[in-house]
Amino acid sequence: MLGIHQIYGRRRVQLNIILPLLCRYYYASRTDNMLSTNVKTLRKTRNTPSRPVTVARLYSSNKHNSKVPKVPTWEPLGEDRIPSLPQVSSDLVDKLERLALVDFRTKEGLVCLERAIRFADHLNMVDTTGVEPMDSVLEHGQLFLRGDTVTEGDCAEKLLPLSNTTVEEYFVAPPGNIPLPRREERASMLKHSEF
Amino acid sequence: MAACTVLVTPLLYVNKQSSLFYYKACNIHRQCVTKKISTSVSRCSSQADPQKKSRPHELVGVVGLEIHAQIQSNTKLFSGSKVGFSAPPNSLVSFFDASLPGTLPVLNRRCVEAAVMTALALNCTINKKSFFDRKHYFYADLPAGYQITQQRRAVAVDGQLAYSLLGGRKRNQIQSRTVRIKQIQLEQDSGKSLHDDQRSQTLIDLNRAGVGLMELVMEPDMSCGEQAAAAVRELQLVLQALGTCQGNMSEGQLRVDANVSVHRPGEELGVRTEVKNINSARFLSRAIDYEIQRQIEALGRGEAVLNETRTYDSKSGHTIPMRDKEGLQDYRFMPEPNLPPLVVYEDRGSVPAGLLGAEGVVVLEGLREGLPELPSVKRARLVRSYGLLPEHSFTLVNEDGLMEYFEAVVKETRKEPRKLIGWVTNELLGHLKHHNLSVSKCPVSPSALAELLELQEAGHISSTVAKQVLGEMWRDPGRRAPEVVREQDLGLVCDSSDLQRVCQRVLDSHPDLVRALQEGNKKVLNRLMGLVQKETKGRADPVLVRSLLEEKTS
Repeated sequence: MLGIHQIYGRRRVQLNIILPLLCRYYYASRTDNMLSTNVKTLRKTRNTPSRPVTVARLYSSNKHNSKVPKVPTWEPLGEDRIPSLPQVSSDLVDKLERLALVDFRTKEGLVCLERAIRFADHLNMVDTTGVEPMDSVLEHGQLFLRGDTVTEGDCAEKLLPLSNTTVEEYFVAPPGNIPLPRREERASMLKHSEF
Repeated sequence: MAACTVLVTPLLYVNKQSSLFYYKACNIHRQCVTKKISTSVSRCSSQADPQKKSRPHELVGVVGLEIHAQIQSNTKLFSGSKVGFSAPPNSLVSFFDASLPGTLPVLNRRCVEAAVMTALALNCTINKKSFFDRKHYFYADLPAGYQITQQRRAVAVDGQLAYSLLGGRKRNQIQSRTVRIKQIQLEQDSGKSLHDDQRSQTLIDLNRAGVGLMELVMEPDMSCGEQAAAAVRELQLVLQALGTCQGNMSEGQLRVDANVSVHRPGEELGVRTEVKNINSARFLSRAIDYEIQRQIEALGRGEAVLNETRTYDSKSGHTIPMRDKEGLQDYRFMPEPNLPPLVVYEDRGSVPAGLLGAEGVVVLEGLREGLPELPSVKRARLVRSYGLLPEHSFTLVNEDGLMEYFEAVVKETRKEPRKLIGWVTNELLGHLKHHNLSVSKCPVSPSALAELLELQEAGHISSTVAKQVLGEMWRDPGRRAPEVVREQDLGLVCDSSDLQRVCQRVLDSHPDLVRALQEGNKKVLNRLMGLVQKETKGRADPVLVRSLLEEKTS
């Protein structure tokens, strides 16, 4: 709960947990603005009727007007249609490690990263020509604003036990801004991990 | 609980090296007294003064500010937990503030209104529709791993702040200036980190996590520390008048970062540095001037100015580079998926029918009407209705409560406001400053001062004696002026025969002065009057003394 510091620390974590995360960082780092990759690839759901649809689900086997297709409708793309993977440079791995605060500079980690990139590259195959980018399904809604009255808080006795370490009423975290190992040190770390 | 806090705090100090997370500094100044910005002391070098035409090849400073103002509200920006300054650690934290999974943000209407009111007061254009974004970075006092802010479209843009500073040799010329406001955005504050280096750990207090902030971005329209300090002071007064931020810099309610560069006028801007961790207006001014000078000297030596973050060390008065950013920071902005757009309506008529009467709506019309009198308007009114000098209006508005005090005194005396102002801005303020008191703690009430000035106005005491009586009233708050005058026999000596004697004695013992006067040196008369006043301990009626002396020497 104290952010990635405490969850991941600088320990090794199961790579499949962080795979989607890494994938996101990869794309974020490839383009200056993550929006441009993320958003363009999403098709905007248009001509959706705004009137409410009555859905009777409970105790009912009637057909209802679901937006969810009954049958999956994908077709696998041939591997040859996916753009070939650019070489992941050592500098890029540095940057990803720094952004994610996760060490994955092992052979296994790099393979995992490449697979994640390849998986995400499928999105590039979606034809978005003429589709207005969209950044949220809520973009036509508007925010509900609440009154300025105290309704929560004062629950330190519930929150503090969730942390591994506390001192008095404080959460304890490792010191922030630990400098990353130097490039040479990191290179040697990679070499050793290849066994 | 408070005792426990005290036990821990001495072991800790604020990490001055944190390069990315500048909010975290300036935290443990709980005992500090707010220091008001003085606009009356110039540190602005001549280069910034447009009056003196600087040579075109001379380097001048360019200063832009980023200001984080903590919104004065009961609850946080996105959660219903209380906002408070020195509460026990982690007591003002909800599940959302601690980023527990499954919690969602619910925007506080008050925070939106505060930002909109501030924007209106600064002549901004309000974006009827604005968006929230996530700004990612990892730090232990930001439990979600991202801050909710407004990057794509902020709540308000394109405003301006008019401010003035006193210039000229006697510091009595008002220089009016304007700084453009690029935008005002709503965002979450982070928690506080206390670094315990001995045990190599960081203690986290999330009480501040999620408190609403307004970030005001100012264009680089200033050229020295004094201007920046004056602009911040004016902003502080505006925020306090609006009640949208308490504006106390030492408590971190107003945090200022300065972007400083130097260039030759007419050429493009130089490489800028960012100076952080400035927790008072005085330091702001000094830090900026130091940084401008440092950059000019570096360029003079043929060195380059690096784009870096620097921190101000108040002990040495220098700015020091903070630890390397290790390349450009990548915040990975993305639209906040949990928050639809924030909509602000022009008037009640434009609110959709379904939402009319609903509480969760912000309407500009009402907020605009409810704006209080702003400092610039107050000053103009003081000059107009009381005939005061502009510099006096600044003093009255700058000091919290002094304008109200002055107006209360005016109401209770026949003395002209213009004659009275010196008593408030010099005598009273002098006493207050000397004892380090605020106006609200002033032992002499407006009515007591009015009573004293009435005595003087009516000719019962001289102004010298009135000052003496004020000192007496200050020492012994319960006492009223007539009482002091009676007890110490300070009343003006109006008895002609008494004064005749004193005048004669003075003239007799200074034949040289009398000769000079008779030869036409009129200034000598004042000297003689001073001698008479000395004899009578300031109790002689000056008008009477003058006529007596003139009579005797003619």
